[in-house]
Amino acid sequence: MSEIAPEAVAEQVTPSVPDAKAEVGRARRRTEDARLITGRTTWTDNIQLPGLLHVAFLRSPISHARITRIDVEAVRARPGVIAVFTGADLADEQGSLPCAWPVTEDMVLPDHPPIAVDEVRYVGEPVAVVVARDRYAAVDALEAVDVDYEPLPAVVDMERAIEEGADLVHTDKGTNKSYTWVFEAGELDTAFRDAPVVIERRYVQQRLIPTAMEPRAVVCSAVGDEYTLWSATQIPHILRLMLATVTGIPEHKLRVVAPDVGGGFGSKLQVYGEEVVCLLLARRLGRPVKWTESRSEGNMAVHHGRDQIQRLALAADRDGRIRGLKVDLLADMGAYLMLVTPGVPLLGAFMFNGIYKMDAYSFTCTGVFTNKTPTDAYRGAGRPEATFGIERLMDELANELGLDPLEVRRRNWIRHEEFPYDTISGLTYDSGNYEAATEKALRLFEYDKLRAEQADRRDRGDPVQLGLGVSTFTEMCGLAPSRVLGSLSYGAGGWEHASVRVLPSGKVEVVTGSSAHGQGHETAWAQIAADRLGVPFEDVRVLHGDTSVSPKGMDTYGSRSLAVGGVALFNACDKVIDKARRMAAHLLEADERDIEFSAGSFAVKGVPGQARTLQEVALAAFAAHDLPEGFEPSLDSEATHDPENFSFPHGTHLCATEVDTETGFVKIRSYVAVDDVGKVVNPLIVEGQVHGGLAQGIAQALYEEAVYDADGNLTTTTMADYLIPSAADLPTFTTDRTETPATTNPLGVKGVGEAGTIASTPAVVNAIVDALRPYGVDDVPMPCTPERVWRALTGARRGSAPPEGAPEPGAGGGLGSAGGAA
Amino acid sequence: MPRVSVEVDGVRYDDDVEPRLLLAHYLRDRLGKVGTPIGCDTSNCGACTVLVDGLSVKSCSVLAVQADGHEITTVEGLGDGQNLHPMQRAFHEEHALQCGYCTPGMIMAALDLLRENADPSDEEIRDGLEGNLCRCTGYQNIVRAVRRAANDMRQAESTEQREEARS
Repeated sequence: MSEIAPEAVAEQVTPSVPDAKAEVGRARRRTEDARLITGRTTWTDNIQLPGLLHVAFLRSPISHARITRIDVEAVRARPGVIAVFTGADLADEQGSLPCAWPVTEDMVLPDHPPIAVDEVRYVGEPVAVVVARDRYAAVDALEAVDVDYEPLPAVVDMERAIEEGADLVHTDKGTNKSYTWVFEAGELDTAFRDAPVVIERRYVQQRLIPTAMEPRAVVCSAVGDEYTLWSATQIPHILRLMLATVTGIPEHKLRVVAPDVGGGFGSKLQVYGEEVVCLLLARRLGRPVKWTESRSEGNMAVHHGRDQIQRLALAADRDGRIRGLKVDLLADMGAYLMLVTPGVPLLGAFMFNGIYKMDAYSFTCTGVFTNKTPTDAYRGAGRPEATFGIERLMDELANELGLDPLEVRRRNWIRHEEFPYDTISGLTYDSGNYEAATEKALRLFEYDKLRAEQADRRDRGDPVQLGLGVSTFTEMCGLAPSRVLGSLSYGAGGWEHASVRVLPSGKVEVVTGSSAHGQGHETAWAQIAADRLGVPFEDVRVLHGDTSVSPKGMDTYGSRSLAVGGVALFNACDKVIDKARRMAAHLLEADERDIEFSAGSFAVKGVPGQARTLQEVALAAFAAHDLPEGFEPSLDSEATHDPENFSFPHGTHLCATEVDTETGFVKIRSYVAVDDVGKVVNPLIVEGQVHGGLAQGIAQALYEEAVYDADGNLTTTTMADYLIPSAADLPTFTTDRTETPATTNPLGVKGVGEAGTIASTPAVVNAIVDALRPYGVDDVPMPCTPERVWRALTGARRGSAPPEGAPEPGAGGGLGSAGGAA
Repeated sequence: MPRVSVEVDGVRYDDDVEPRLLLAHYLRDRLGKVGTPIGCDTSNCGACTVLVDGLSVKSCSVLAVQADGHEITTVEGLGDGQNLHPMQRAFHEEHALQCGYCTPGMIMAALDLLRENADPSDEEIRDGLEGNLCRCTGYQNIVRAVRRAANDMRQAESTEQREEARS
């Protein structure tokens, strides 16, 4: 099935070609590269301050235990040690780490001290902190801390954790369930009653470790009662407010700086105990402190992502039309609820229906505590899990009905003329054209040719089988309309702030509340401002990431920066122009209504030669000698933008895998991604985001897994065990775009940060399963390592599944994980 | 404490160091050469890659004392202060970096790759950079950048040779 009516491909979906003078749409090389390619970067660990001390944390080696005694006396005798503290020492001032998303009124929310006081609940939880003259002395002294642990039962299996009488992670709470959250629409019973086709599946979203290349680091200095905290964070503004709340340090006495930050992917969208403790140490000691984690420490202590068990049921008619979808999730919270831990899986509630129409839908999610590292946002956050579920089910449905996987999707998806469309999960998709993206992807992929080759290999009994995987995804991004966040009980709004300063010389400073950590905002934001104000790109400088420079913001995550922060900037520029228009009218002695602004110049309508540039107006406003009546001598403006809706990027991803049925080895032969992210500010940056997103989504499908043993020990603590892909592990991607502008913001943009990750995981797994269908295989658990593929093949040949509760062999991970999760 | 004498980016340093001090920490903490970052502790990620006597080395897996008597080049020693090295320029032009944390190591490893093979194929580049991890780019633009730098460097060399032959 590759024939999609070409008339469906409306002309306007072809990416627009920017006019030669426009900045928006141009593949500008990035401004920020200059410091990054020369090593003149300010990573947090690069910061040196006079008298700087170094911090190291002792972490629990046991997943669940009572701390019966800690003796730190010997630490003080170590050379170069300035101080040592236990959780008990800091108990009165360390507070409890915040959870900003109480998803239900009765959600179980345990205390979460930054340093454990009397009980540890995951391997890697801090139990003591040492401050010393240098990083070696601090780490050396850790071995002198003497801790007695009384082991408690480890809770490591979500399904067993919610059984009656299960061992408890938090004994005082009496349950391992944090919450159960339900969403229902339509008559599910009716949809399932007498349904000719019902597909039921259980899928596991394995636990992942985000693995930003820059490990976390914190520097904190105290001067008098004022504090500056530098942190490798995505969220300087949220962090400032939360640190003030936790420690009682007044917000206005606390400055938080996110200097150059080496990637985040959600892992630095957090308020970490180490950040709180560094602040407390600086306060106690009156000297600046620095903490930089090692990778092995970070794998245990940076929040993890995903980790869901999905029980899914889909009811359909014989012709493939979906009647209803039932989603029942167990989501692993880990040992504590961190900043948005409980809310992450719920973002999937609005995405399990994907791009499809259906009569009824129900979503139930239970958050479960285990003795593992807490989970929280990881690139896509809830949406990749949902997209995986529905896109795998669509392939299963196609197989059940003997239809091509694209045909069954076409029979269910929202047609381009049906937008705006109110989905079963209560969102309004403003725009999209699934037909167009699919048509383009099929052409680039040579779908029919590959299907022919697949048939040939099947006929020949080739030991290397070819599989084709489809993922026609959408996502909700541009987080988020504040009223929606409020209705979901989130603790804050979803607006973003920008201000624009026109300097006397006519140069422009843009201050944004977005906090880039690799995304290229310094370039893209300058492009937006340059276009809107009609000034040269080189005349714009973008400032961000320091609460004393950019006092207001909601930071960067959830593909929100352009769709929310970019629009705030757009609006602030318009306010500058409005002020300047009034000033220009005054200078030109014309009526304001007769002033036209274009390409950076204010001209009097119908009077050639009568014009003032923005720069001239800015200088006149600065001099302030001759102002309109009541005019404040400044063009500077700010805007706070609260989006009216989410934005909905979509696309069609096609993956061809070669699966060696003798070794289980999977090779991606080709990968085509056609994404529709609306209007594009910088195509170079968009393509880069797609590439990186694909790499992470493919890595979930094939390589990565945080593996715990039965005692709750993380066995993938190093980069030798937790396998992020190298250049040799990934294919060359073919990427292209269609363009249906978002109708809910003036830039027409949708966001691109997570699209690749959300789309690609099911495309890869669908391709693997497609290759193995003739062998009776209908699933391979992720990551689809050679051993797991081989087991799926041999298990299917035997006609039996592994016994229930048995460990899952062939888990992801290298040296430390040979035994899998048992 | 042992004494080391090393040349880093053209400057000679004589220092007493703890025998266990890693070269990466010596560069960063003692010499202030913070252009070379550290991304892991098992020598997997390659972010800390530098050249020692022209050969790529992960500076977290070498002791400072082992560098005694050797010449070290970090990303800060590339280019001539005014102009970027062709490899740096290629990374910029091809958008081969996002957060940039892996970039210094990636650039240094790529230089060693081109020393061994001045005209590598895409596959040879991917295999050659296997020891350097990037979490942002999916590597596609890094491969492009290395290919571009290889072309530029070969052209520059042949121009140089022609000019030498002429003079």
